Amino acid sequence: MTQMTFARAINAGLRKSLENDPKVVLLGEDIGALGGVFRVTDGLQKDFGKHRVVDTPLAESAIVGTAVGLAYRGYRPVVEIQFDGFIYPAFDQIVSQVAKLHYRTRGAVKMPITIRVPFGGGIGSPEHHSESPEAYFTHTSGLRVVTVSNPQDAHTVIQQAISCDDPVLYFEPKRRYHDKGEVDESVDPRTAVPMDQARVVTEGADVTLVAYGPLVKTARDAALAAADEGISLEVIDLRSLAPVDYDTVVASVRKTGRLVVTHEAGQSGGLGAEVAASITERCFYHLEAAPVRVTGFDIPYPYSKLEMHHLPGLDRILDGVDRALGRPNSLSGLEG
Amino acid sequence: MGQGSASAPIAADFTGTGGPAQTPGRAAELVQLITPSGERISHPEFDPLLQDITDEQLCSLFEDMTVIRRIDVEATALQRQGELALWPPLLGQEAAQIGSGRALRADDFVFSSYRENGVAYCRGVDLTDIVRVWRGNSSSGWDPYSINMATPQIIIGAQTLHATGYAMGIQNDGADSVAVTYFGDGATSEGDVNEAMVFAASFQVPVVFFCTNNQWAISEPVRLQSHIQLADRAAGFGIPSLRVDGNDVLAVMAATRVALDRARHGGGPTFIEAVSYRMGPHTTADDPTRYRDANELEDWAAKDPISRVEALLDRKGLLTPELQQQVRDKADAVAREMRAGCTTMPDPQPLDIFKHVYSTPNSWLDRQQDHYTRYLASFGDPAEAVSEEGAR
Repeated sequence: MTQMTFARAINAGLRKSLENDPKVVLLGEDIGALGGVFRVTDGLQKDFGKHRVVDTPLAESAIVGTAVGLAYRGYRPVVEIQFDGFIYPAFDQIVSQVAKLHYRTRGAVKMPITIRVPFGGGIGSPEHHSESPEAYFTHTSGLRVVTVSNPQDAHTVIQQAISCDDPVLYFEPKRRYHDKGEVDESVDPRTAVPMDQARVVTEGADVTLVAYGPLVKTARDAALAAADEGISLEVIDLRSLAPVDYDTVVASVRKTGRLVVTHEAGQSGGLGAEVAASITERCFYHLEAAPVRVTGFDIPYPYSKLEMHHLPGLDRILDGVDRALGRPNSLSGLEG
Repeated sequence: MGQGSASAPIAADFTGTGGPAQTPGRAAELVQLITPSGERISHPEFDPLLQDITDEQLCSLFEDMTVIRRIDVEATALQRQGELALWPPLLGQEAAQIGSGRALRADDFVFSSYRENGVAYCRGVDLTDIVRVWRGNSSSGWDPYSINMATPQIIIGAQTLHATGYAMGIQNDGADSVAVTYFGDGATSEGDVNEAMVFAASFQVPVVFFCTNNQWAISEPVRLQSHIQLADRAAGFGIPSLRVDGNDVLAVMAATRVALDRARHGGGPTFIEAVSYRMGPHTTADDPTRYRDANELEDWAAKDPISRVEALLDRKGLLTPELQQQVRDKADAVAREMRAGCTTMPDPQPLDIFKHVYSTPNSWLDRQQDHYTRYLASFGDPAEAVSEEGAR
């Protein structure tokens, strides 16, 4: 076990993948000498060379599009998109090519591409640096979408994503990059919990609280605070957003009868909607109350002085828990 | 000839960095080796590249061009007869496709648009595979690795990035093969094509940008895409370019060989503009009479790529009735085989739509497939399940 930051844990995972498979290549802006703007690729170009850790010109569509060509050639590219809000120029290549080539070619061409995306807010940045675009990609068949919430997962799941033969979007909660945690580097990604399985991080009996990425920490804190009030929250870290591991969520909701989903992304058409709908379909007769979503608002990501009003925090999550429990809450008395 | 003859050796030994390519900044001149009336013009820089093109080879180029025109005519007929949903004709672009396609080596890799069916023929494609996509039976015709040609790209220009990335892989592997990407004049306005040229130049990877300027992007003329000749754009990226008569099979072949040779020897990318004309519609769903002048079509008909080779063969005394018969027979045989493959192609099965979305099991999709399987089973015949009037 080693104490390391989230960013260092990903770095160590990337290093292992580069060591274990000569076909792994990294592509991105500023990932070489600088080590990435968040230093996630620190030292990798020095150790593996400019042909395996490639500083690219500033063109996101080309970064992803050339990764497609490398995959055609048998490579296993790992792409860094510098910030969430910079991914859109690559949208066509991701949605029309990366996601569909395996299907298009009837399985002849594999697209084992990992697209790393630092995402989410809370770091006081200007526009385009704090977005949560995951739902655009969970809506796209052919992609796998995962998030990580702690250094150990960050280390293990990045290796699982890279060795996966399907394309994977790997969302990194950038406001947690400097959080430290214990990482066991000897965990074998092949025998570890698969990346498409959710994990119950806090067991509880009264309400199922589903979170992912940066809000898993907030959700755990909320569970501690709720416990002080005598409420037992079961916190689930979804980890995989496409596909969602509904078996784990269903088992929890059948036990608690109540569901709160939280994410930083806006509400409409988001993961919360998908989870709430699917759980309602599968657990309707176990539900004691309507599922509750505690999410960012349907607004462009706001200027940083007000971003904490947009991001679900501990108290907003607890307010949602109160709603699920029928306890007095900020919307008491409102219909619908 | 034709299939399997794609890897003719390069006659002249080029250093790669030299060669008769345009230097950045100089307006490109149009290279022509066969005039529309079939006169062979000698060219001190290109002729050495064509020393292996014997009379027999010239006859074989004539045959391949005739065959792919026949494929095109047959596919258009199949569309009109309801056997294909759509077809993108290549009529008029035979020299651009055969001249370049025949210059490639088997281990080169092609990333093309949907119109390069003649190039696919040069790669040795199974004839039925040419029409599979257009019949609606599949999203791809062939296994790309079986003929080293990617599934043709429908998103305009997207494949140029794939070729550039593939070439980065070739460079990493230390191989001397080349990635060749085909696209049209319209694609040169796309961001992807421009980004591909930036990456290709920065990394000096072995890729050839083969732009068939057929003058029209559906209804938009090339002058809407560019104020300068397309070949001249390459200079801005630091990429050498060549501008050739795209209806001249020898000029195209020579230019492609220059570019391939440069790429194989570490000289990086080349941009080729093959100036041609889309004699037919964009696809069988298009109506060019709405947007272009009949006189223009006539002018280009006079520059037909096959007629001029025919005229050249005639001047050389090679256009014998035997050759003409042999070429006709070959074209007819190919067309027959393609038609038979098309009309006897087994229909895909309903549950095929779930195949290959992922390469590993996916819980979401497995559930949807399971549910749809049960739904289909509730009908006697799966076809009833999708009847517009309903069948329950």
